[in-house]
Amino acid sequence: MTDSAIRVENVTKFFGDFPAVRSVSFDLPRGAVLALLGRNGAGKTTMLDMLAGISSPSTGSIEIGGALNDVDRRRKVGILGHGQWLYDDLTATENLEFFARLYDVAGAAEKIQGWLKDAGLARFHHATVGEFSRGMRQRVAVARAFLHNPEILLLDEPWTALDDRAVEFLSGKIRQAQERGCTVVVCSHQLREALEVATQVAVLERGRLALFSPNDAELRAAPETLYQRIS
Amino acid sequence: MTLFLRQSWAIAAKDLRMELRNREVISSVGAFALIVMMLFSFAFDPSSNPEARSMSGGLLWIVYPFAGILILNRSFGRESANGCLIGLTAAPAGGGAVFLGKTIASFVLLFTLEVASLLVFKVFYNVSWTGSSATLIAVLLLGGWALASTGSMFGAVTANNRLRELMMPVLVLPMVLPALIACVQLTTLILAGEPIGESFIWMRLLVVYNVIFTLLGATLTDFVLSS
Repeated sequence: MTDSAIRVENVTKFFGDFPAVRSVSFDLPRGAVLALLGRNGAGKTTMLDMLAGISSPSTGSIEIGGALNDVDRRRKVGILGHGQWLYDDLTATENLEFFARLYDVAGAAEKIQGWLKDAGLARFHHATVGEFSRGMRQRVAVARAFLHNPEILLLDEPWTALDDRAVEFLSGKIRQAQERGCTVVVCSHQLREALEVATQVAVLERGRLALFSPNDAELRAAPETLYQRIS
Repeated sequence: MTLFLRQSWAIAAKDLRMELRNREVISSVGAFALIVMMLFSFAFDPSSNPEARSMSGGLLWIVYPFAGILILNRSFGRESANGCLIGLTAAPAGGGAVFLGKTIASFVLLFTLEVASLLVFKVFYNVSWTGSSATLIAVLLLGGWALASTGSMFGAVTANNRLRELMMPVLVLPMVLPALIACVQLTTLILAGEPIGESFIWMRLLVVYNVIFTLLGATLTDFVLSS
């Protein structure tokens, strides 16, 4: 049994001839919050997709909570991606019920009601998601990612297009997840929000891991100095 | 029920619920089937031309696959909005469950269309299948499953392709041809009131086709979605 929640060993991912991720290795302990940062096209989303088991590395291996198999890895992971992965023709409750069935969540009905109440969406339970604003949809997507109490949370640009209330809701949920021992990986361009919750910082540059270090008070106070550390 | 079957049923129930809510496929394939059967009835005038009955199986099985393509195109098309296909891929369901769920939902819609258009066909063409109802239903079930399973397999293969709607008929129709020929042969005999007799071999072909393509579809979809 390993102490690492995520172990990435020498992972490379090619799209055709183009290496989107090159020879990346790191170990992330249980309960850590990793801010995975980098400029556009650095390979953050590709890395996150591989961690989630959505795509496989071209070379190297990824271990999630001791699981190497894709389906076992997916069971342990909750992911909030670029798309919200919600069906416009279904209500928020129906969307969450559907994902609860896929993840085989016990006591799903109570959990879903609790999440909708927490997200401030309980009174909209009859409306289809297609009628929701972007912020409301993102809150449903957050509930979908957290619903099965995953050991690992992978969040790709989670604060994008959220209002203050929704940012506070999401950041609170990340803190609660961390308190119960959940390991979190956050990809974001919003350095301040990401560094506020992070215990570790990683920076990808053109697919290579340019920095992997613990977060510190200096970085939290001046996030803009992050890229100076690399150069 | 195993987790695999529960996940498959969840995917099928979700697709059917969405279809019942907006009725976008049912209404368009219903209109398509009705128009084609009306046109055929004017072209062949089955009330005064008894020869038209010998073509009845062929006429029905022209309507079903083309209407089926509309249903099958929409099956994975539903997953393209909001990146829902990635959501399905990220869930621990596995491609096999996605394939089976999609096949069940498409099959239910196809079978509904088959039964409804058969009743309309009976009125236009004055045909009867009394005494062979069970055999006819078996042909519709097996033919419907053949179309749904082959279509779902290629639906997964073309899910991320911009030309998905053009590629579906090009890929599905040649592949499903053996099953369609079997359905035409059997339906024509049943509607002409003739015994199946030695033509029962076509029924066996349908069963074998369905077993092969269901297993192939489940395996291939798992591979396609995970790569």
